[in-house]
Amino acid sequence: MIKVDNLTKKFGNNEVLRNISTEIAQGEVVSIIGPSGSGKSTFLRCMNMLETPTSGKIVFDQQDLTDSKTPVNKMRQRIGMVFQHFHLFPHLTVLENLTYAPLKAKGVNKQVAQEKARELLKRVGLSEKEAAYPNSLSGGQKQRVAIARALAMEPELMLFDEPTSALDPEMVKEVLDVMKDLAKSGMTMVVVTHEMGFAREVADRILFLDHGVLLEEGNPVEFFSQPKTARAKDFLDKIL
Amino acid sequence: MNLDFSQITPYIPFMLEGIWVTLKFVAVALIVGFILGTLLALCKISNIKPLNWFAIAYTSIFRGTPLILQLMTFYFAIPQLTGYDISPFLSAVLAFGLNSAAYISEIIRAGIQAVDKGQTEAAMALGVPYRQMMKDIILPQALKNILPSLMNEVITLTKESALVSTISVLDLMRRAQVVGADIYRNFEPLLFVGLIYWIMVFGLSTIGKVLERRLKVSDQS
Repeated sequence: MIKVDNLTKKFGNNEVLRNISTEIAQGEVVSIIGPSGSGKSTFLRCMNMLETPTSGKIVFDQQDLTDSKTPVNKMRQRIGMVFQHFHLFPHLTVLENLTYAPLKAKGVNKQVAQEKARELLKRVGLSEKEAAYPNSLSGGQKQRVAIARALAMEPELMLFDEPTSALDPEMVKEVLDVMKDLAKSGMTMVVVTHEMGFAREVADRILFLDHGVLLEEGNPVEFFSQPKTARAKDFLDKIL
Repeated sequence: MNLDFSQITPYIPFMLEGIWVTLKFVAVALIVGFILGTLLALCKISNIKPLNWFAIAYTSIFRGTPLILQLMTFYFAIPQLTGYDISPFLSAVLAFGLNSAAYISEIIRAGIQAVDKGQTEAAMALGVPYRQMMKDIILPQALKNILPSLMNEVITLTKESALVSTISVLDLMRRAQVVGADIYRNFEPLLFVGLIYWIMVFGLSTIGKVLERRLKVSDQS
């Protein structure tokens, strides 16, 4: 589905990602974990070109996103993204947040967009909030709306950038539940997270990043019980 | 004290007509300034260097020279250079519109840059094209933040508009001078139009406050 080939990203002289290569298959749920500053978020943001890679390729559905001829906006419509701080549009209602991109970027007609949006709100358990403005919602509700907003574009791939890190502890579960549900439905997901429980339980594969290098990848059971590198072992010892 | 307001009574309708002239002029200059100011602001935040340079040079020139000089330049220099006999009203609208565009562009640029960067990223991640994103997501939020500064600019423009009396546009100010010359009394007509300016500015600030309150709807929690 998406193939990352020799990805390197520099901010000035600071090399944030070094020669990362991996491939994510359709329907796979991949968790990216690692200490802060390891480049996890930057890696994720390269996958939809919110960060422009310094070198290397990002191939999505046989098209290289780093190629200047690729219509990046069109490709982004097929890749949903959920941010740590939600970034809902504060001047639009919840329903308008969901219908905006389908209407304006994809050209879906209004009735279809609204129907789809209501269905998604129901799925994330927020039907009664469709006329509310984002600022009146709790963090957990905002993040569920943000997930629904991304899904409204009917993406083939969903990227999650620490989706629960900005939430109060008691709201983490409602968001993770929505994500688990999504994983079960067969969505391809890449999730940067500090929720080891989620990574272990839901992910098909773990990518462990440290200092911009993809140190280890493997299935969660193996990774959590017997990490191959000393760095991963050290990291797990500290957080588990 | 030697005040006699009864003498200006016959001239009141004549002076009141100046309200319309002033308002019309301010409104047109403001529209020109706002549209041009928005475009300049977009040039300033653009990644295309020549557009940056142009907008910065433009602002520097219009903010760095006296408004009355710009007004005179349009009024006197255009006929001299092109032979086109420009009307006082048109040169006034041009000078004030182009001048306030420079100020408004700075206000809007700051407003756009104050909108959370996450908004741009969220729109980009959804595949929303740049123009749509600016129009529907960024500018409406920027506008809400800058409304007070924008209102200030409108008020300044309304008062500064009195400068056009120097190129014989028959605005409020000019009419007070005409009446003063007619009856050999200046204080009464000046006081009278002064009051009208104050009422107009008061009305504008009230409208500004109402608008601000309305735009706050989405902030309710």
